[in-house]
Amino acid sequence: MSIASPPTDHRERVRTNYLNHSYGVKSWLLTRDHKRIALLYLASVSFFFLLGGVFALLIRLNLLTPAGDLFSADNYNKLFTMHGIVMVFFFLIPGIPAVLGNFLIPIMIGAKDLAFPRLNLASWYIYILGALFTLYAILSGGVDTGWTFYTPYSTTFSNTYVTAAGLGIFITGFSSILTGLNFIVTIHTMRAPGMTWFRLPLFIWSLYATSIIFILGTPVLAITVALLAIERTFHVGIFDPALGGDPVLFQHLFWFYSHPAVYIMVLPGMGVISELIANMSKKNIFGYKFVAFSSIAIAVFGFLVWGHHMFVSGQSVYAGMIFSFLSYAVAIPSAVKVFNWTATLYKGSISWQTPMLYAIAFIGLFMIGGMTGLFVAALGVDVHVTDTYFIVAHFHYVMVGVTLMAYLGGLHFWWPKITGRLYPELWAKIAALIIFVGFNLTFFPQFLLGYLGMPRRYHMYPPEFQVLHVLSTAGASILGIGVLIPMVYLIWSMRYGKIAPPNPWGAAGLEWRTSSPPPVENFLETPHVTWEAYEFAPREELEIIGKVSVDDRAG
Amino acid sequence: MSTEATHKKGAHAALAHHFEDLEQQREAGSLGMWTFLVTEIMFFGVLFMAYSLYRSMNPEAFAIGSGFLNVELGTINTGVLICSSLTMALAVWSAQARKDKKLIIIFVALTMLLGMTFLGIKFTEYIHKWDEHLIPGLDFQYHGPFAGKVEMFVYFYFVMTGIHAIHMIIGLGLMTWILVKAAKGRFSPEYHAPVELVGLYWHFVDVIWIFLFPLLYLIDRHLPPIH
Amino acid sequence: MGTWLPFMPEQASTVASRVDNLYAFLVATTIFFTVLISSTLLFFFVKYRRRSEHTIPKPIAGSIKLELLWTIIPFCLAMVMFFWGASVFFAQYRIPENASDIYVVGKQWMWKFQHPEGQREINELHIPLGKRIRLTMASEDVIHSFFVPAFRMKQDVVPGPNRYEQMWFEATKPGAYHLFCAEYCGTNHAAMIGTIYVMEPKEYAKWLNGGATEGTLTQKGEKLFTDFGCITCHKSDGSGRGPVLEGLYGKQQQLTTGEKVLVDDNYIRQSILSPGSQIVAGYQPIMPSFQGRISEEQLIQVLAYLKSLAPQQPTTGGPTENPVPIDTTNVGKK
Repeated sequence: MSIASPPTDHRERVRTNYLNHSYGVKSWLLTRDHKRIALLYLASVSFFFLLGGVFALLIRLNLLTPAGDLFSADNYNKLFTMHGIVMVFFFLIPGIPAVLGNFLIPIMIGAKDLAFPRLNLASWYIYILGALFTLYAILSGGVDTGWTFYTPYSTTFSNTYVTAAGLGIFITGFSSILTGLNFIVTIHTMRAPGMTWFRLPLFIWSLYATSIIFILGTPVLAITVALLAIERTFHVGIFDPALGGDPVLFQHLFWFYSHPAVYIMVLPGMGVISELIANMSKKNIFGYKFVAFSSIAIAVFGFLVWGHHMFVSGQSVYAGMIFSFLSYAVAIPSAVKVFNWTATLYKGSISWQTPMLYAIAFIGLFMIGGMTGLFVAALGVDVHVTDTYFIVAHFHYVMVGVTLMAYLGGLHFWWPKITGRLYPELWAKIAALIIFVGFNLTFFPQFLLGYLGMPRRYHMYPPEFQVLHVLSTAGASILGIGVLIPMVYLIWSMRYGKIAPPNPWGAAGLEWRTSSPPPVENFLETPHVTWEAYEFAPREELEIIGKVSVDDRAG
Repeated sequence: MSTEATHKKGAHAALAHHFEDLEQQREAGSLGMWTFLVTEIMFFGVLFMAYSLYRSMNPEAFAIGSGFLNVELGTINTGVLICSSLTMALAVWSAQARKDKKLIIIFVALTMLLGMTFLGIKFTEYIHKWDEHLIPGLDFQYHGPFAGKVEMFVYFYFVMTGIHAIHMIIGLGLMTWILVKAAKGRFSPEYHAPVELVGLYWHFVDVIWIFLFPLLYLIDRHLPPIH
Repeated sequence: MGTWLPFMPEQASTVASRVDNLYAFLVATTIFFTVLISSTLLFFFVKYRRRSEHTIPKPIAGSIKLELLWTIIPFCLAMVMFFWGASVFFAQYRIPENASDIYVVGKQWMWKFQHPEGQREINELHIPLGKRIRLTMASEDVIHSFFVPAFRMKQDVVPGPNRYEQMWFEATKPGAYHLFCAEYCGTNHAAMIGTIYVMEPKEYAKWLNGGATEGTLTQKGEKLFTDFGCITCHKSDGSGRGPVLEGLYGKQQQLTTGEKVLVDDNYIRQSILSPGSQIVAGYQPIMPSFQGRISEEQLIQVLAYLKSLAPQQPTTGGPTENPVPIDTTNVGKK
């Protein structure tokens, strides 16, 4: 730090990283370091994933028998509602952006932190506050409206803790808004010298697109839920027909956010997969600009298709046609991504390590999820399958399956960077296989169930559907075991894993040019970027920015 | 690369550690505020959209409801708020151009005074509604034609002006913070971003009112009373 | 598909096979692309597996031609799906003329039916084979959705003072079919199910004559019209304080605002439940609201009565937003 600092000082500094430069609960709860905040999110998001997963297993267990013997109708209704709320608002939406995005954006663009570090910490606290409201709703008796909160059931007829859960979502919304704002500003203003827009990793592009949805969509949901809470409390408002309101207006407002929210879940996953595909095959992404702009196109088109949730709600048939057309339009950029990822592998040097397995699994699930999206965008077929298990299967593939694959794939890929330790490769491969099989066994039968006419949100069902339900439940238990394995060995590896070198994958990207784990300010000096995105070089040539001696790298 | 290079020597005291220079910090702040205002537009946009929708479906009822509002007070308030935008602009100008901290303090204080006047008048209007038993959901005693839809109008009135008032109160809080900073002499022609940002926010809140006022108070005012 | 695992429910309506054909096309397209992409992926995955840690493959920037190719082909396919889907949709939702009416009320948690002949059913609906049936549906409380998988038809029933939802179908195969509520509606949502019995016309006629009823829907409506006192103001000779209702259904009505509205099911519903919202030119807004005083089923009976007052002249209704079936009639005066 002083002018006279001797060269040995460097090694000292590298050994001080963001994890060990200070200790104690306070140093975590009051941190403004984006990397530590990412870990705070990792812990809280994982907790909600487990909670939502427990709800899911209970739902599946209940559906083993046609009579739904395990739970009463009311309890079952609460289970699927809370499963939806917890998974959507507290796992899927914040998952990749708040954990991986938070950790990686500043490092990938060569900045010391996000533009507003205090706001970033505040976002986490807001998330926790919203989560506490939701947990309060769950613990004091639950909510039974479905995560969609359709009026007038939610405003007038339900006797459960709708207002508390709604407030939880309202509050958490601000966490999303502020995170999105922080990302946008960071990506615009904090890029290192030489880091032009087209040198950005595609993960950054996808998070940029995601942030656009955060800031444009989330306020709409926030005010809508607030109006719902007011209406429920004071019995005056604009959604209940008994008060002169229109329940379909609620659906419009709700889906204006909640459809783009699907892209909040998918886009970051697509970004992760672009990183994994490129880095694990040492190939630059085929058609970089097409992949980059397809993210933006998805974000923009995503705002124009909300009405496809309401084809049978009595909205005009012509509106239905327009929304159907636009829904097909949004499918094209997604298809473009899949083709480009596939082409990227051509003549690559493809590693068979776990992150790549997740990437392949992602593409597989995304194919099925995306293609079944074409079914439900077709007006004539949607009339039959909407509100059935076909929809349940479709959105679990497209938002849960792919998000989970990307999240786990990304977590494995960047785990050495985050913790400075390697995860056990064999266990990771086994887990990836189990998760993939379990997921498909859970949700594929639900497509068949749906087309056969099994409606969603049914606590019991006609006996002819039982075979498929049993298959699905069997899959869910496999999936449940599958997701527990990484939790165990990842935690284990934090202490016992092999020490990770700065760049265990031979990957391109700024995050691999700093030590593992990175120092507090990410780089010892501001990087000057002179290379393109995904420009691979022999490992010896990838220098660690800030001059680390050879011994350091080995250590 | 040497350590002192990363440590900005003689950097401005207000420069946060993760920015390269004040210019970058100012740019980030201003882009952040603009982005935030975009979210605010979406937030209020829902209310404006829903209001316009129901107004177009129930023009008579909303006209009756509009008749319950006090145009005089609304007009005065509009004037007060426009003046506060002027004083806010002057505060920003004095931060940019003048080193004299007194001028900033005076203009910010004036803006706050006008803001509080607005809220005072708004509160008086609310009290009137309370006295007239026009509180939707709690105490709504209008039983003339279109009672349900008139109640909906008054509901919109309270929700929209209420959320606007909350934004005003937040603005007053921000200005208190500016006032303290200014008194400590933190602002200079080089560093005055916070004043600009709070200014932006305040102007935005004003603009919202400029839309609220005609929508709630003025439409259909020209209609003669029904005989 | 008579295997142990069926892939489709029974095809029992005129639109069912059209929906299934489109579905089959979509399944085929999906299988084709899934197989194409996955086999390419796996082929590359094996062929270009990492053989040495030190290999740096040659970068390939991309290819505009390929990008265009895989933008345009999916787009064309998507357009085929779009138009096909839309054409099926129109067949599902354009309500044909000369369909016979059945009235449906959804409430937590049952479906109630009324036949024009006066029969009433709960969670069971008997209909004749090969006849177009038009359902006019209202909800008493929350949103429900009328779903018959075998007919490939579904329609949400949204509550509201001016909302009747309509749907139609023509059964093509005798049998008993599931009826589900497809929109989550509270505790016993899963119990809001029923059975649709499709019967040969003869059997249906027998069934219709089987149960004793207290008169047809129209007769019941006429009685209610007197009982509720509607008749004291809506006199047929025009001397009452309210408009004459004979021959009004299907006509345009001039309002005090100068606007003209079509007198259809929704208009009549709204005029009874919230009479102040649309006042006929030349009349005072003095009619009390019947919201809460008249049940949904009674409302339907009055509606059937008022419709019966229209002269029997078939007219065509132009395509309106919600394909409002101006089924048969048009005449005028209120």
